[in-house]
Amino acid sequence: MAETTALTLEELVGILRESAGEDEDIDLSGDISDTPFTDLGYDSLALLETAGRVQRDFGIALDDDVLGAAETPGLFLAAVNERLAAGV
Amino acid sequence: MTPTAVVTGLGVIAPNGVGADEYWAATLRAEGGIRPLERFDPEPYPARLAGQVPDAAFDAAEHLPSRLLPQTDRMTRMALVAADWALADAGVDPAELPDYDMGVVTASASGGYEFGQRELQNLWSKGPEHVSAYQSFAWFYAVNTGQISIRNGMRGPSGVVVGDQAGGLDALGQARRNIRRGTPLMISGAVDSSLCPWGWIAHLSTERISTREQADDAYLPFSTRACGHVPGEGGAILVVEDADAVRRRGGARPYGTVAGYAAGLDPAPDSGRPPALRRVVERALADAGVTPDQVDAVFADAAGSPDLDRAEAAAISAVFGPYGVPVCAPKALTGRLSSGGAPLDVVAALMSMRHGVLPPAGPVTGAADGLGIDLVTGAPREHRVRTALVLARGEGGFTSALVLTEPSGDQ
Repeated sequence: MAETTALTLEELVGILRESAGEDEDIDLSGDISDTPFTDLGYDSLALLETAGRVQRDFGIALDDDVLGAAETPGLFLAAVNERLAAGV
Repeated sequence: MTPTAVVTGLGVIAPNGVGADEYWAATLRAEGGIRPLERFDPEPYPARLAGQVPDAAFDAAEHLPSRLLPQTDRMTRMALVAADWALADAGVDPAELPDYDMGVVTASASGGYEFGQRELQNLWSKGPEHVSAYQSFAWFYAVNTGQISIRNGMRGPSGVVVGDQAGGLDALGQARRNIRRGTPLMISGAVDSSLCPWGWIAHLSTERISTREQADDAYLPFSTRACGHVPGEGGAILVVEDADAVRRRGGARPYGTVAGYAAGLDPAPDSGRPPALRRVVERALADAGVTPDQVDAVFADAAGSPDLDRAEAAAISAVFGPYGVPVCAPKALTGRLSSGGAPLDVVAALMSMRHGVLPPAGPVTGAADGLGIDLVTGAPREHRVRTALVLARGEGGFTSALVLTEPSGDQ
C-alpha cells in the first residue's frame, strides 16, 4: 500500500466494510461522497476504527480535529489525500 | 400489589445444544458438549478439554448484521443471538414496546477475553495504533448488557453483575427487583466465553480444573472420581416479565415464576465458620414462601471438586434431609460455563417443570456414598416439578440460590 498516492472512494468503502461492517439497508455502491457517515450507518467509533486502519496502511497521521470535521466520505478522502500529497 | 416476575422466553447457546429445545433434548439423551479445545492449541497446558459451542451449530454471521461483528467478542455474539431467540420465544417485539419499559441485567465473569487478548497482543507486538477502537468496550463486563440494550432499544434500568458462577443467578435476582420496581420487561441471564490462552490461564489459576483427557471422565460432580471441573462457554438469556403485563398483552403461559432469591458470601477460609450455602438456601426458600418439603428438585452447583461437592451435599442434606430431594447436575454434560452456567440450569429447571422429567447428570453413574444426596443419574427421571431450587457458587465464595415455581393457574 506504500506505493499508493491517493485513497479512492472504492478503497475507502472496502476499508469501512472490513473495519466496521455495513448496514444491510444501506447501499454503499453508489456515489456516497457527500452522504454523511451517520446516514450510512457509521458512528464515530466506526470512523475511529476506519481512520486507524487508513493511517496504518498509508503511514500517515491524521489529527483528531481533522477527522472530527470529516463528516462525509468526500471530506474524509480530501483530508487523507491532502496528507498523502504532503508526503507525511 | 408487588409485581410477580415470570420467565416468558428462553434463549440458549450451550456446548451440547444451540436453541432451548435442542439443549433440552440433548441433555435428556445425556449428550455432552465437552471436547478437546479447538479454539487454540491446548498442547502446552495441563488441561485440554472444554465445553465448546460447535462452529457448525453456531455461526454468528448467520444471525447478526455485519456492523456488529467487528465490534463484538464471541460471548457478546452468542448473548445477542440468545436474546433474539428469547424475545421470539416470549412473543415480544421490542419495537412495539416503550423503550423505558424494558431493561437488561446480565452477568459476566470475565468480559470479552478473546477479543481482549487479541488487542493486547496487537498492543505489545505492533504498537498502540494497531489496537482496535472497539477494544474500548468489547472486553468490558457490561458489554453484553449494553449491546442487547442498543440492538433492541431497551432503555429501562440496566446493569451487569459480576460474581463468577453465582452471578448468573444474581442477574435474575436483580431483574426481579427491577420488575418489582415497575419495569414490565427485563432481559436477563448470562453468556460467557473465555476459551483463549489468556482466559485459560485464568481458569487454571483456580487449581480446580480437571486434567483428565477423556471427555466423559473429566468432570464428574459428586462422584467418587470427582477431580475438578471442565470449563465451558455459552449460557442462556431469558425474558422476565411482570405477570400482569404478560396477561395484558395476551402473552403465552409463562415457563415459571422467579419466586425466591438470596445471595451470600463465604467466610474467610481460616475463619472456622461454615460456608454460606445453607443459609442462602434457607433465605431463598423463605423469600419464596415455600418450605423444604415443597421443593421437588435441586439443580446443584456441582463444582466437581470433592471438598466443594461435600460442602454442597452437606448443605442440601441439612435443609432437605438425607436423600430428601432429587438433585440434578446437567452441567456435567456442558462443563461449568462461568456466569452462563446457572441461567442454563434455570432453563433446565423450567423445562423439567414443563415436561415433568428430571435430567441425568451426564456421565456420572452415581453420587459418592456418604454424600447423602439423591443424584439423578443414568436416564431421565419422570417427576412432577412444581418448585425447583437452583444453586450456584463462584470462585471467591460468591453463593446464590434461586427458587422457581410453576406458573399459577391464572397465568
